[in-house]
Amino acid sequence: MNEPVEKTLPIAAKEPTWLASSSPHAHSGDSVRKIMLTVIIALMPALAAAGIFFGWDALRLTGVCIVSCVAAEAATRKLMRRDKGIGDLSAVVTGLLLAFNLPPALPSWMAVVGSIVAIVIAKQFYGGLGYNPFNPALIGRVLLLISFPVAMTTWGPWQILSPAAGVDAITTATPLGLVKTTLGTGQPLPFVFDGDTILQFFMGAKNGCIGEVSVLALLIGGMYLLWRRCISWQVPVFYIGTVAVFATILWLADPTHNYNPLFHILTGGLVLGAFFMATDMVTTPVTKTGLMFFGIGCGVLTMVIRKWGGYPEGVSFAILIMNAFTPLLNRMTRPRVFGHGQKKKQA
Amino acid sequence: MRFYKELIKGLWTENPIFRLVLGMCPALAITTSVMNAIGMGLAATFVLICSNIAIAAVHNIVPSKVRIPCYIVIIATFVTVVDLLMNAYLHELHKSLGIFIPLIVVNCIILGRAEAFASKNGVWLSIADGIGMGIGFTLSLIVVSAIREILGNATLLGYAVGHYQVALLMVLPPGGFLTLGCLLALMNHIQAGMARRSGHAYVPPPTLDCRHCAICKWGE
Repeated sequence: MNEPVEKTLPIAAKEPTWLASSSPHAHSGDSVRKIMLTVIIALMPALAAAGIFFGWDALRLTGVCIVSCVAAEAATRKLMRRDKGIGDLSAVVTGLLLAFNLPPALPSWMAVVGSIVAIVIAKQFYGGLGYNPFNPALIGRVLLLISFPVAMTTWGPWQILSPAAGVDAITTATPLGLVKTTLGTGQPLPFVFDGDTILQFFMGAKNGCIGEVSVLALLIGGMYLLWRRCISWQVPVFYIGTVAVFATILWLADPTHNYNPLFHILTGGLVLGAFFMATDMVTTPVTKTGLMFFGIGCGVLTMVIRKWGGYPEGVSFAILIMNAFTPLLNRMTRPRVFGHGQKKKQA
Repeated sequence: MRFYKELIKGLWTENPIFRLVLGMCPALAITTSVMNAIGMGLAATFVLICSNIAIAAVHNIVPSKVRIPCYIVIIATFVTVVDLLMNAYLHELHKSLGIFIPLIVVNCIILGRAEAFASKNGVWLSIADGIGMGIGFTLSLIVVSAIREILGNATLLGYAVGHYQVALLMVLPPGGFLTLGCLLALMNHIQAGMARRSGHAYVPPPTLDCRHCAICKWGE
């Protein structure tokens, strides 16, 4: 059933000049390796930004994740007697994405644990590339977040530019974490979110996981992916759009306890998740309508977790929960086969 | 001889957790510490032995149409006995096991043994079956809970086993699923190896397919 195209031999008809072969007849020339390479290239601006903002720590952690992911992939494939292909680069992408979801000060051995869980448990145990129901990098991140909550939420000092408030503040929390703890103790919003702060958040001068801080770098990578048609526009647009609508409603309802919608778009892992995690080909629906619902679901869940959940950030949980809905969305949005089924009646 | 055979089958060849995959609810829920596992295992063993005896004794006079309700009433009686006794004499353990003590009533192992063994065999063999299955269940719970307690709490039976960073996940529900899944895989692997050495073909569980396992390729 899953035979590669090369193995379906053309059937020779009686006339030697006529060949009949089964579809597909035209091949776009894409391969797993090419797509993964495109994703890696698209992630490079964010890696460069991480290097600028976090320095050596970010590069160390990224290296550790990539090496341990590739090693875990090679070892598992050998042990499970699968073809020993690490050349498809999918383990490199998993390693990069996992590292992008970790705080820069995380000890290396925890990153190794996360990588092994991502590759061995979340990917190879389910049957390898193409069979995993959940995004491996996010499984690795969530396992680390639940296992080592202190290490996963330890951040370096960070300065909030907020001239309108009169003073610059130093904090060791992410913007979302800061807001959550401040509001949780019944105090007003911790800083003013205006022009300068927006620019600061957009460029990436804020606390957060390695790959999520610079929205600008992520957008450059995301646009490249869109231009190469590696991802479809539905998920990022509907994901970020839903978050924006949700945040606008909250903001209009209660501006003293909610920032404007840009805050929710520019903080946390939303842009990273919307362009690089929620667009994974394996774990998301195949139809365009399915992708639309997938994006909307991710957006609603993200905002619900951010606003009312126990964790300050909900992107990884939202995407994983929606991954579980993928088979359902695929079934729900199955296109009508031409010539079969009932046509919709014209009104 | 037959008594001995029925006694040891619960330990390995028909281990309720790892071979029959029964009683998953307590195996996942209460295996956060070895103390819990021992308490749960012994409570279930007591109920299992008593209900096996009672059911083996009455199975000839119970009409087969109403046998399940009758078995449940018998099992529930013994569970109530255990519940009240533990509440009186092991109050702390009773509190940490919580709802899972009354839930022994619907434990698949107990009803399963009643239906599959005690209702077809005599009292004597049913005792052996109950003891074997109960001990097998207890040992399996201890193995699962020891792994979870060491990795997730750095203790064993409440005593510290070292100073290292614990993975909180292991004592949370996902840790139970992960540990149990890995142990099941290990059991299948060992079974396949044993089958190969004795010259038999190993038949993997029907729910597995080649995507998930490579057991048949291990010896190559």
